[in-house]
Amino acid sequence: MQDQSANARVEWQTATITGVVRQTARVSSFFFAPSVPFVYTAGQHVDVRLSAPDGYQTQRSYSIASTPDSGATIELAIERLDDGEVSTFFHDVAQIGDEIELRGPIGGHFIWTVADGGPILLVGGGSGVVPLVSMLRHRKARNSTIPALLLYSARSWDELIFRDELLALAESENNFDLALALTRDPVARANHYTRRIDAFIVTETLARLPAPPKQTFVCGSNAFVTTAADALVAAGIPAGSIRVERYGV
Amino acid sequence: MTTRGFTGRGQSPEIKDRVPPGQSLTEDFPVLSAGPTPRVLTEDWKFTLKVGPKPVISWNWDEFNALPQTKLTRDIHCVTAWSKLDTHWQGVLIDDILAEANLEPPTDFLLAHGYDGYTTNVPVKDLTGGRAMIATSYDGKPLTADHGGPARLLVPHLYFWKSAKWINGLQFTARDEPGFWELRGYHIYGDPWREQRYTGD
Repeated sequence: MQDQSANARVEWQTATITGVVRQTARVSSFFFAPSVPFVYTAGQHVDVRLSAPDGYQTQRSYSIASTPDSGATIELAIERLDDGEVSTFFHDVAQIGDEIELRGPIGGHFIWTVADGGPILLVGGGSGVVPLVSMLRHRKARNSTIPALLLYSARSWDELIFRDELLALAESENNFDLALALTRDPVARANHYTRRIDAFIVTETLARLPAPPKQTFVCGSNAFVTTAADALVAAGIPAGSIRVERYGV
Repeated sequence: MTTRGFTGRGQSPEIKDRVPPGQSLTEDFPVLSAGPTPRVLTEDWKFTLKVGPKPVISWNWDEFNALPQTKLTRDIHCVTAWSKLDTHWQGVLIDDILAEANLEPPTDFLLAHGYDGYTTNVPVKDLTGGRAMIATSYDGKPLTADHGGPARLLVPHLYFWKSAKWINGLQFTARDEPGFWELRGYHIYGDPWREQRYTGD
């Protein structure tokens, strides 16, 4: 495995698509075998670069969904955006066996390992849940009992990425708690919400943790992150303990 | 290498010359930050110029806005691979700040500081000569908090993480001191035309 030393360049390399798994109507997981395997930390991302025959190139950053504990395969959960140039390529064109250019791991801020401790509060909106799932998978792989709570907002029950895995995790473990906020799903479920996250939801969610979070990670659209982060600060969570990642606009 | 089945979207030649490698144009103005958005009131706002640990001069909001105003229209480039053309800014050039402070640059490096504790390093030569400002207005309106208001650094020829949001000071440093993202895997200088995104690029 290639380790990241402090001043080494993160080189572009080819990775082969080894699997594609549909997660929701708009999100699929793509599994990549890097030609040069690398060590990463939960929460990090890779850059993916596509090159056209005329030399035109475009690149995007995607958070890693897999845990570093599960080996060299990189899982990216890519949401199909109708006007997206790269996401439509993956959903409509890419196939198992294709070689794709990528480089990583990237990012030294929105990361967590069991050594960092907890409790941790994870707040994800839509595909913003992806790096948080990597953290939860890492926590599980290490048999960690660090208290963790995921507040996850999506449009509907069917648009919850990794839904069954997260429900099973919440079922089997005392120290992991899951709170869902479904914005366009009228079915009421115990301990879950049927509206957009707001200050009240954030306050109630904080009370479900055994102690205030040592670190909070918020990921999603700009509007989602702003709402969640403002509510956390208003609830008395120190701004310096809140790390955010904003997707797109 | 060519990606099988990828053709990409055509770019007109005049636009192509303005978009650095690996970047895609956006009409929106995406928001990026490392933490919650600080809400800084203009009545509490203060901007301090320092040499090392020593404060040289400070301005409050009214004093700062009385400094010579300059308008810049520039293309901006974010390391997350979006570029935005012809963005309109107004504020105070770093040249005018140094002139007002009657300060010849004592070192070759500056560290920008934000209200959120954010820092980023930029060489003095990249902030002077009309190349950079403390911007207080975007597109004819006061700069909003999510874009770094009341005031942010604008150094448009470098990747936009160098244009520190919620700025409250510039500090001359003896050496080129890596800032927040520069310590977390991002390039020490950040030239979009040389695609200096990450450490060692």
